[in-house]
Amino acid sequence: MALPTRTTPRAPAGRPTSRRPAARHFRLGGIDPATLGVVVLWVSVLVALPIAALLALSLSGGPQGFLAAVTRPSALTTLGLTVALAAAVSLVNAVMGTVIAWVLVRDDFRGKQVLDALIDIPFALPTIVASIVLLSLYGPDSPIGVHLAGLRAGVMLALAFVTLPFVVRAVQPVLRELDTEAEQAAASLGAHGWTIFRRIVWPVLMPAVASGTGLSFARAIGEFGSVVLIGGNLPGRTQVASQYIQQLIEAGDQAGAAAVSVVLLAISFLVLTTLRVTSSRMQQREEAA
Amino acid sequence: MITVTDATKDWGDFRALDGVSLDVPSGSLTALLGPSGSGKSTLLRAIAGLETLDSGRIEIGGVDVTDVPPQRRGIGFVFQHYAAFRHMTVRDNVGFGLSIRKVAKPTIHSRVDELLELVGLGGLQDRYPAQLSGGQRQRMALARALAIQPEVMLLDEPFGALDAKVRAELRDWLRHLHDEVHVTTILVTHDQEEALDVADHIAVLNHGRLEQVGNPTDLYDHPANSFVMGFLGSVSRLGHTLVRPQHIELRKLAPGEEPVVTDWSAAKITERAVVERVTHLGFETRVELVTLPSGDRFTAALTRKNANELDLAVGDSVLATADRDTEHATFDDWSI
Repeated sequence: MALPTRTTPRAPAGRPTSRRPAARHFRLGGIDPATLGVVVLWVSVLVALPIAALLALSLSGGPQGFLAAVTRPSALTTLGLTVALAAAVSLVNAVMGTVIAWVLVRDDFRGKQVLDALIDIPFALPTIVASIVLLSLYGPDSPIGVHLAGLRAGVMLALAFVTLPFVVRAVQPVLRELDTEAEQAAASLGAHGWTIFRRIVWPVLMPAVASGTGLSFARAIGEFGSVVLIGGNLPGRTQVASQYIQQLIEAGDQAGAAAVSVVLLAISFLVLTTLRVTSSRMQQREEAA
Repeated sequence: MITVTDATKDWGDFRALDGVSLDVPSGSLTALLGPSGSGKSTLLRAIAGLETLDSGRIEIGGVDVTDVPPQRRGIGFVFQHYAAFRHMTVRDNVGFGLSIRKVAKPTIHSRVDELLELVGLGGLQDRYPAQLSGGQRQRMALARALAIQPEVMLLDEPFGALDAKVRAELRDWLRHLHDEVHVTTILVTHDQEEALDVADHIAVLNHGRLEQVGNPTDLYDHPANSFVMGFLGSVSRLGHTLVRPQHIELRKLAPGEEPVVTDWSAAKITERAVVERVTHLGFETRVELVTLPSGDRFTAALTRKNANELDLAVGDSVLATADRDTEHATFDDWSI
């Protein structure tokens, strides 16, 4: 990162020596120690300290207690189910989100603005409202005769509903910036539709799809409100990790609840970090300096 | 040979191409020249198959390609903004067309090396487009288009995004490359100097219509109309006639002298004028004048030698004359 304060050998001689103080005022890369302090304090109060407290609580029964809490059959079942559902929903999002973004950016049709606005609704709604919305159409009194309440399909639907915007909103700006002339150049060189997508468009889109998919996975793995009503909280069938945690708390097992939470947190963190590292590697390759 | 017959294309209410018919001879370097909105890029993109015509036909090498998709037209297309594949190395960019054609890897490898040598990018195989200068990127784009051995090269304002110095260099280089490779090439440009410099054929377009086709000297010396004359060089208006500034002859009048005009024939245009400003531009001298009594302004371009002999100063009265014959492009224009 080249800061203006750097003394470049090519700098013309005889420039005013007042350059250093001026640079201190106009430097964009630097920050004020007070600002840094506020940022650190804020993030600590909001994120770091509560997580540390959670870790401490999860270990209150010692490492054995922690292990016992997370390796209980009921814990393993619900964690496995949650990860599987979240992964499945994220894969669906990766495909559907990309298709939706493509249609919104590349196609022109009546009602496009409406469709674009609809994408954010699941995100804006309180999740419990999302649950009621889905239950009213796919619940026991379904006006169209589709009954998903108490089924894994219902849980997946709820998770897909709340994570709809992530991939769409990550891919849309990248797609908008994409150089359509590169695609035309590929066509003139003999490449057809699918080859153009695979070799020219996808490599540019991939990091955005990955980051959107990662966010939707992280959101899905911890989802609570939207699955409460439609899932029915059936252990081993539709109970997700957040509901299991709530059940533990209600039963007074604070340490066990904290231990399962820590596992959830670790999985999300791992997935997000992996995706960030891969996509930044791809970016580096592209802009290799 | 590329033959365009009666090409017409509308963009909503705007007629981009209005019945254009054009023959581009094999092996030529033809420039489509015109102001922005003249339809030159639309025509080029239609030849490439990147745009479909509303009506009309396009033939390449005797084959009607009007309904053939761009993939099978055998054309190489170069865009103004390079259209580089950003995530691929220079090698993969140039080899793209060959890899689509399932050419064996070692063959692609050596062919790409050859092409990069040809366009002066030897040794940059492993760079990414972001690591190249604008001029280098455009050379890469040319190599990429040449790789598939196209029947026709189509260049859409290929030097438009480059600075003046690089543009001039690449222009020379393209001329030499064309002498070497000899593939039929069409170049779109709005820069008359570029067209005159590089092309052996120029087609001038305006408002979606073809105004004139010919070689550069023909178009400059014998423009078909006042638009072509004005677009391919500077123009002065002497009375109601458009002439080239360097074809105006000036004779200084002594104070109080009443000029005796001997030739009032239609072959000679004569105006009395007063010198308003004299500018020395190195090899030529530009004289700005006001005609008497109408007050119209015009410019004459003199050689340095001629200007020194005349020794004009601001306020001098002169007699300005121009010939109207086949050697000198002139147009009557009564619009003012």
